[in-house]
Amino acid sequence: MIGELGQLALCFALALSLVMAVSGLMGARTTAAAARRTATSSALGFLVFVVLAFGVLTYAFVVSDFSVALVANHSHTLKPLVYKISGVWGNHEGSMLLWILVLALYAGLVAVLQRGGERLTSAALGVQGLLGAAFILFVLFTSNPFLRLDPAPFEGAGLMPLLQDPGLAMHPPMLYAGYVGLSAAFSYAAAAMMVGEEGWARAARPFMLVAWIALTCGIALGSWWAYYELGWGGFWGWDPVENASLMPWLIATALLHSALATEKSGAFRTWTLLLAIGGFSMSLVGTFLVRSGVITSVHAFASDPTRGFFMMILIAVAVVGALGLFAWRAPSLQGGAAFSSVSRETTLLLNNVFLVAACACVFVGTLYPLVLDAWNGTKISVGPPYYALTFAPIFFALLVLVPFGPQLGWKRGDLKAAWRTLYPALGLAAVAALVVLAIVSPRGVAATGALAVAGWLIGASVIDIRKRKGARASAFAAALAHAGLAITLMGVAGATAWRSEALTVVAPGQKLTVGPYTLRFDGVTREKGPNYLADRAHIALMDGDKVRTTLLPEHRFYPAEGQDMTDTAIHTTGLRDLYLALGDDRGGGRFALRAYVSPLAPLIWLGGLMMALGGILSLWGRLRVKEPAPQPAAPAIAQAAE
Amino acid sequence: MKTVIAFVLMLVPVLTMPTLSHAQPGAPAVIESFSDPALEKRARNLQRQLRCLVCQAESIDESNSPFAADVRHLLRQQIAQGQSDRQILDFLVARYGDFILMKPPLQSDTWLLWLAPFAVLGVAGAVAWVTVKKAAAREA
Repeated sequence: MIGELGQLALCFALALSLVMAVSGLMGARTTAAAARRTATSSALGFLVFVVLAFGVLTYAFVVSDFSVALVANHSHTLKPLVYKISGVWGNHEGSMLLWILVLALYAGLVAVLQRGGERLTSAALGVQGLLGAAFILFVLFTSNPFLRLDPAPFEGAGLMPLLQDPGLAMHPPMLYAGYVGLSAAFSYAAAAMMVGEEGWARAARPFMLVAWIALTCGIALGSWWAYYELGWGGFWGWDPVENASLMPWLIATALLHSALATEKSGAFRTWTLLLAIGGFSMSLVGTFLVRSGVITSVHAFASDPTRGFFMMILIAVAVVGALGLFAWRAPSLQGGAAFSSVSRETTLLLNNVFLVAACACVFVGTLYPLVLDAWNGTKISVGPPYYALTFAPIFFALLVLVPFGPQLGWKRGDLKAAWRTLYPALGLAAVAALVVLAIVSPRGVAATGALAVAGWLIGASVIDIRKRKGARASAFAAALAHAGLAITLMGVAGATAWRSEALTVVAPGQKLTVGPYTLRFDGVTREKGPNYLADRAHIALMDGDKVRTTLLPEHRFYPAEGQDMTDTAIHTTGLRDLYLALGDDRGGGRFALRAYVSPLAPLIWLGGLMMALGGILSLWGRLRVKEPAPQPAAPAIAQAAE
Repeated sequence: MKTVIAFVLMLVPVLTMPTLSHAQPGAPAVIESFSDPALEKRARNLQRQLRCLVCQAESIDESNSPFAADVRHLLRQQIAQGQSDRQILDFLVARYGDFILMKPPLQSDTWLLWLAPFAVLGVAGAVAWVTVKKAAAREA
């Protein structure tokens, strides 16, 4: 009966999302105050019923109710509780329900916070309601998670072992919080075009920031998971699924910068609207790529063509609708800001030019093979070399320009003064390049360049932080995020250019060296996990004749799913990873072993974390400072205190 | 993130490594690794440029699939026979199609793929240029 309850809750949520859509859009008219109240309350009702539906499905997974087909197909009684819960979104239907849950959460936030004018908020809720209704219809008609099995099987089929991992349990909710969070920016932008309200960028900024922070964390988490779980030591493969999350991130980053200019100086009004539409469109395209079955991957659980068709129509309606609205309304919003060609505005515009071009690389690289195959049946691969020749130079150019932005003033900047401020950072760049050239062989030309740019960025960030000493914490957000970008760049360069490896077969007692490390293979023991059996290798990291530490890479077998998995062991110094993956049994106690030493690899994710922290700082500053205060309240308080 | 169900299933003999220095006996024709570092470097470089056709987005170098192992052996034999990198790649493309190349070739149906990012960069740059000029004219 629990399954029907979920189905019913989803139907109520559909009804409420429709109420929200109609009343919200009606509330865009000045006189319709009652409609606005209805929109707000229906948004909260929509959230309650989506939470209920999601809760029901989660309950079915937790208690292993195999009469629900989805649970039977994707869960197992022996699975640890955390993977029973993460199993809810470890499949197509459940992950679409998670998608709707996140959409409803953002709708609820928009309704509660009521940022911007009441007409703006109401229209934004209306658009959010339309999106909610469309996606619930998609789930109910093509991907119903509550379908029954009769008779119920005694045991479930289990969850793919690859997905049974704490990193991957958290990855989809994080990624969706980002992906779907861009719907709030989209809804606000559409609402702004309807009501002609210009303060939308300020109203929507916290939502953009939350979405960007979550997306940044989600991508970093996914890349980290790929690194330690897949056993080949890589962290980014330009896989279509990875690209699907990178595209919204690139546009969201452009949007954050462009919206800043719109908010501060009224520049790029129409362009910011277009980016808000584009960001969420990329989320939809990403969802389509992953969920429609046009590509196959561990993430792409779906393979039903009707889903792809339905989703394509959904995307077309959303994107064409928004662009139509834009074509109709944008000309009336044209502000025409005035700023000098040397100004903060110009740098933000350049940021957008490069980010959009970088996104175009990923977009074309991901979709071109699909389109070409459909067009004339030619199959091509677009792999890392393509991105090295297109994405890398474009992004590199962007990074070189980044430090100028914060040093130039709004409206009119002083390039000479910016140079005078920044030139010590050039020194740091030169030092970084020289150090690299002195330490490693000169083969890493690109990597040397990357470290020089990283030095330039970090130097500029430090200069910026010193310059702003004593300012509010949020003033350091950009410096922190930009430094994070540099740290990630260093990690990528180090792990790509200077990785050393040993692929070998080891016998018990045998020693091997990889990079600066000496390892000794001390044999394999049989271990029993909660739902797997493992060969656990004991590998001593030697310090002369002493054992410094023992690493325990495993090779696991999951009987319920009938699949094998590698569980890597990583020893990190914070600046260098020793990475071990155990291979198959070669008889006589001998095992295949992969050992990698990746210099600077941990910096990849440290940088991602710093970028996210930069976003959090900015958000914190936003939420602490009250909305456009007519007169500054601080002096009055200061006087009262004296 | 960059793997497929097919790959997972193929993990059954996990990490069957073809570049092992301890080759299995009884397969003399298979070159597991070159003792000459220059040849080994060439082989690894070629392996990275090729895509594993039965995997999602893995190179021949990374993949554990039997297909990837076969291609590794094939290209190593050809290197041993003195073929150039170009000849080996041409041979593999003739056999498996362009799909096997990680770097798509520049030809009549792919020039758009290569041009598009820079075209977008150019158009966006031009729009930005005009925008800045207009804004500067208003500002002056």
